[in-house]
Amino acid sequence: MRDVSVVGIGQTKVKEHWDKSLRGLATEAVLAAMQDAHVDHADALYVGNMLSGELTGQENLGALIADAVGLRGIEALKVEAACGGGGAALRVGYLAVASGQFDVVIVAGAEKLTETSNCSTTAALALAADGDYETMHGISFVALNALLMKRYMYEFDLVPEDFAAFTLNSHANAVNNPYAMFRSAITLDQYKKSRDIADPISVMDSAPVCDGAAALVLMPTDRLNGNGARAVKVAASASGTDSLGLHDRRDPMWLSAVEISSKKAYAQAGIAPKEVDLFEVHDAFSIMSVMSLEAAGFAERGRGVNLAREGEIGIQGKLPISTMGGLKARGHPVGATGVYQAVEAVTQLRGEAGKNQVPDAHVAMTQSLGGVAANAVTHIFVN
Amino acid sequence: MKLMKPKRDVGIIGYGAYVPRYRIRAEEIARVWGGVEDGLPLEEKAVAGLDEDTVTMSIEAARNALARAGIGPQQLRALWVGSESHAYAVKPSSTIVAEAIGAAGSILAADWEFACKAGTEALQAAIGLVGSEMAEYAMAIGMDTAQGRPHDALEYTAGAGGAAYIVGPAENALAILEGSYSYVTDTPDFFRREHQHYPQHGNRFTGEPAYFDHTLRGAQGLLDELGYKPSDFAYAIFHQPNVKFPQTAAKQLGFTKEQITPGLLSGKIGNTYSGAAMIGNTAVLDIAKPGDRILMCSFGSGAGSDAFSFVVTEKIRERHAKAPKTMWYVQRREVIDYALYARYRGKLVMN
Repeated sequence: MRDVSVVGIGQTKVKEHWDKSLRGLATEAVLAAMQDAHVDHADALYVGNMLSGELTGQENLGALIADAVGLRGIEALKVEAACGGGGAALRVGYLAVASGQFDVVIVAGAEKLTETSNCSTTAALALAADGDYETMHGISFVALNALLMKRYMYEFDLVPEDFAAFTLNSHANAVNNPYAMFRSAITLDQYKKSRDIADPISVMDSAPVCDGAAALVLMPTDRLNGNGARAVKVAASASGTDSLGLHDRRDPMWLSAVEISSKKAYAQAGIAPKEVDLFEVHDAFSIMSVMSLEAAGFAERGRGVNLAREGEIGIQGKLPISTMGGLKARGHPVGATGVYQAVEAVTQLRGEAGKNQVPDAHVAMTQSLGGVAANAVTHIFVN
Repeated sequence: MKLMKPKRDVGIIGYGAYVPRYRIRAEEIARVWGGVEDGLPLEEKAVAGLDEDTVTMSIEAARNALARAGIGPQQLRALWVGSESHAYAVKPSSTIVAEAIGAAGSILAADWEFACKAGTEALQAAIGLVGSEMAEYAMAIGMDTAQGRPHDALEYTAGAGGAAYIVGPAENALAILEGSYSYVTDTPDFFRREHQHYPQHGNRFTGEPAYFDHTLRGAQGLLDELGYKPSDFAYAIFHQPNVKFPQTAAKQLGFTKEQITPGLLSGKIGNTYSGAAMIGNTAVLDIAKPGDRILMCSFGSGAGSDAFSFVVTEKIRERHAKAPKTMWYVQRREVIDYALYARYRGKLVMN
C-alpha cells in the first residue's frame, strides 16, 4: 500500500443555501479543490452524502457529480455511512490511491438538508438509527443522543452547564472561519437560557440543519507532480463499527466504534494520542464530543468534560478541538461533514488557519461518526 | 422606468376596515398544543364568527369606505376582492359584495388571488382603471379569514380581517398616489393546492428568500424610483405575518419604530393575510395629518410585493370620523377559548 497525500482542498460556505442545488454545491467544492490541486482531471470520484434520495429526490450521485464537474466517464461512486459519509468517502478515496489503483482521486462530500420542511428533515436524519428497534417507536435522532446524555450526566454526576465549554469553544473558533454557518461567539448565559430540543439536549448543544459541500484531491505521496509544497500526508485511515441500537450496546456509555477506529489509526500512524496536535471531533451533540474524547483515549472514562472545563480544548490548549467551529458552529451538512473536517485539518497543517492556527501543528486527527457512533471513521494527517 | 403612475393623478377617496370581534389568545392555543418553539409570535388573533366569511366582512368594510368617500355605490365601475379565503372556488366574492352594497349593474367584479397581496394587486388594478379614465371610481378590498392548520406554527397567527379602498380622481382624494412599484418572482414559499383544506409552507424558506427578499426589493425599489429616503415618510406599513418580520424589514430599510408602530396591528389581530398591509394602512389613515407621506408595502407568498407612496390631503380631516375607525374594531373584542374557536372555524368533524 502506498502513502497518500492531500494536494487540494475546496469548500462552500455552510448555510441555508436556498438558491443552490445539491449538484451546484458539489460542483463548486470539487472545482475549487481541483483548482487548489492544479489538476484538470481525476481518475475517480467518491461522493459522501446521506440524504440526497430522501430529501432531494436524487440518487446515483457519483455519476451525476462526475458529469457535472466535467469528468464524465471516470469511476464515480456515492459512499454512505449516515452522518459519517464524508469520512467514509475519504476512506474509500484513500484506499483507491493507497492500493495503487488510481493516481488522482477526488473525495467530495455534499448535502442539502434544507430542501424540505423541518418534519421531513427530522424524519430523514433518524434513518441513521435502527429502524426496526428504535425509530419505529417514534424516537428522533436527537432524542437518542439525549438518552445518552441523560444517563451520562447521571452516572458521572454532571449538570448541563458542564457541557457548555464545548459550544463556547466551537462558536469562538467559528468567528474566524468565513465558511462557518454561525460566526458569533456564544456566552455561558446564552447557553444556559437556550431552549431544549430533547431534554437535556438544548439548541446550543446541537449542530444545525444546513447545506454545504467540501472536496479533497488525493494523490500518491511519491507522485505529487509538483504539488509537494502544500501537500499533507494521510498517516492513517481506519474505521470501526458498533450496533446501531443503543439498547444493544454492551456499554452504552462507551463509544466502542470510536475506540476501535482510533486505536487502528494510532497504530497505522505510529503515534500515541498525546502526540495529536488537534482533533476535529464529531460534535453533532456536545455529548458526542465528550464520549469521543474518552473512547479515543484523550480523557478517562467519565472525565471527558474536564478537558473543556480546564480550558484545554481551545486553540492554545493541550488538545484543540473543532478548530474552525466544528459541527456545532461551522455546521453539519451531514454526509459532507467528514470532508469539511479533513479540509480544516489540512488547512491547519498547511499553516493557513489564520487567527485559528494551532501553533506547531504537525499531527491532525479527524473523526466522522455515522449514527450514534455506529460507524466511526478516523483519519490522521501529518505535515 | 419601473415606477407605475397613471396618466391622470388618482388617490384614495374613501377607506374602511373590518375586524371580527372574537379573539383567541396565543397562550390559549399553546395550552392546547403544548407551546411553540421560538416563543409566541403575537398576543392574540381575530377569529371570524359562525356567520362571517370574507364576503360578509368585505361588505362591512365596503360600506365604511363608501361612507368616508361620500359617493354613491352606483358610481363604482369595479369592485374587486382579493383574498385567499374566497367563499367559492368558482363564483366571485366580489359580485356578492357589489350586490349587497348596491353597486351591481355596470361594474366589474372579479376575484383576485396572490396570497397576502391579492388586495393590493386589486388596488393596483383599481389605480389603473381610474388613472386611465376608464372609470371615475373603483373599489379594491383585501380581506381574509385565513385557516390555520391545527398544531402548525401558523395557527398562532392566521387571523381574520381586512380593508376596502375606493380609488378616484386626485382632486377628490384624502390621500394622493405618488406612484407604485411591484416586484414579483416565482417563489413557492407557501401555497394551497385546489382541494387541500390547509395551505403548506416551507418553514424557514418563507423568511429570507420570500418575505424579506420581496419586501425589501419592493420597498427599496419604490424608494429608489421616487428618489426618497425613509425619513421622507411619516409612516410605513409592511405586510405583517407576525410582529417580528415587519419590524426587521423596517429596520433593514432604515425606518424607525415610531414610523411603523401605528400601522402594526398583527400583535392584536393576527395575520389578516390579504387584508394585512391594507388594514395597517387604514389604522394610519385614521390618525394621519394632511401632508403626511405614507409607504404601504405588501407581501404575498408565491411571491411578490406591491409598494405604494401616498400623500395625505386636507380632505382627510372631514372623512376620518365618517365610519368606525380601525382601532375601534381592534379594541372591540370578545375572547373565546380553543373549543369555540374550533367550532367557529369549522374544525370539528360533524359526521
